[in-house]
Amino acid sequence: MFHSLGKYLLLLRLSFRKPEKFSVYWAEVMREMVSIGIGSLGIIAIISLFIGAATTIQVAFQLSSPLVSMTIAGKIARDSTILEFSPTISALVLAGRVGSSIASQIGTMRVTEQIDALEIMGVNAPGYLISPKIIASMSMIPLLVIVSITLGLTGGYLACVFSGDITPGDYIAGVRDGFDGLTVQVALVKAIVFGFLISSICAYQGFYTSGGALEVGQSSTKGVVYSCVMILFADLVITRIML
Amino acid sequence: MIEIKDIYKTFGENEVLKGISASFQPGKNNLIIGSSGSGKTTLLKCIVGLHEPTKGDVFFSGENFTDMNFEQRVPIRTHIGMLFQNSALFDSMTVEENIMFPLNLFTQKTKAEKLERANFCLERVNLAGTNKLYPAELSGGMKKRVGIARAISMQPKYLFVDEPNSGLDPKTSILIDDLINELTEEYNITTVIVTHDMNSVMGIGEHVIFLHNGEKWWEGSNKEIAHTDNKELNDFVFASKFMQAAKAKL
Repeated sequence: MFHSLGKYLLLLRLSFRKPEKFSVYWAEVMREMVSIGIGSLGIIAIISLFIGAATTIQVAFQLSSPLVSMTIAGKIARDSTILEFSPTISALVLAGRVGSSIASQIGTMRVTEQIDALEIMGVNAPGYLISPKIIASMSMIPLLVIVSITLGLTGGYLACVFSGDITPGDYIAGVRDGFDGLTVQVALVKAIVFGFLISSICAYQGFYTSGGALEVGQSSTKGVVYSCVMILFADLVITRIML
Repeated sequence: MIEIKDIYKTFGENEVLKGISASFQPGKNNLIIGSSGSGKTTLLKCIVGLHEPTKGDVFFSGENFTDMNFEQRVPIRTHIGMLFQNSALFDSMTVEENIMFPLNLFTQKTKAEKLERANFCLERVNLAGTNKLYPAELSGGMKKRVGIARAISMQPKYLFVDEPNSGLDPKTSILIDDLINELTEEYNITTVIVTHDMNSVMGIGEHVIFLHNGEKWWEGSNKEIAHTDNKELNDFVFASKFMQAAKAKL
């Protein structure tokens, strides 16, 4: 375990060496940002709308008492969405979508000698392949989380409109009541950390792939599993520290 | 010129290379041959720095490459071109982008100059007009030729070629061999080729090193191979009935 941790840290150090040519690396960062950000928008939109709607209906069901104001349901749905569902569920989904893509892309480059080709040319392969992915993940995943929060709350509103469990007015009043900006800060810190974990862990798994197609698949699976475990662990740590 | 001195390489308990020394002259095709598992590719990887030798040194034009760190190696690496066994073209880039990749990173040329160089390299390997194709759209022989075009894009002093004929039909193999031979002579490149293709050895093997069980077993030219009394080399070279018949006619 310590051997792997050491290798991971050394790979990260190599990844952030001075680039051979900044413009080439910048173009790669932009390409990765489009791939990660725009490419993940659809899945994030779908899960956020449904999770927001389901959360609101469930909270309304649990609070169905004449003694409790229904605005509370909006408040609970808002905080759950901002603090937990949007950053964490989005990150777990992105570990599957973005992480597996990173691990399999780098792993395939390793087994087809494309990484060797980079090294022969004098290119710092970890820097060229990994750092743009980490930078793009750490910048795009927070943006995706903001989109997820917005759509999650919209999903809650739509659930109110169509289910009638809470009136839309109560829901909006609850969402606006006692809003604390710290919750959004926590969500964004989580998103940045999760972005780093997903990209770096999956890149590490891909970079040290050896063998063939089977091993590329195994690296991809390992990358996703380890990322998910680390996301949940980091979620707990950040929540404990910041709240 | 490339010189290797007393190269050893061990993986765990397995000693793959055992004290190999040789020198490779510019303008010549230097072939490393041997049966599978004899250490040919490992030796090539030690020379280019993809593997670090357990012991021994590699010199490029008198400079000790083995002692250098990553940054110190970069100026030498920009003079190295390599054609990999499976071509190792970047899948996500077009043919043109593959060839322009090292130019983008290591030169200050304008886009027009880089494009001109890429077109020149493609014409040189008889693939003009394939600029916008992706590697997945190319045949095995075309991939090898694009690999060669990428390898010569930076006008290398040293060209390394790993199994240039693997997976190719005999006619395409000869085309690739001829192309490597022409480039070596035309640009006075120090070319090191790892192969076990006997057509290549007999066709372009001006300087041949035969590896056996990780040791340098024989060294000479393709003309000398037919007359050697080295048992292991004879077993390797004349393993096929066709080669035995060819030898009988000599």
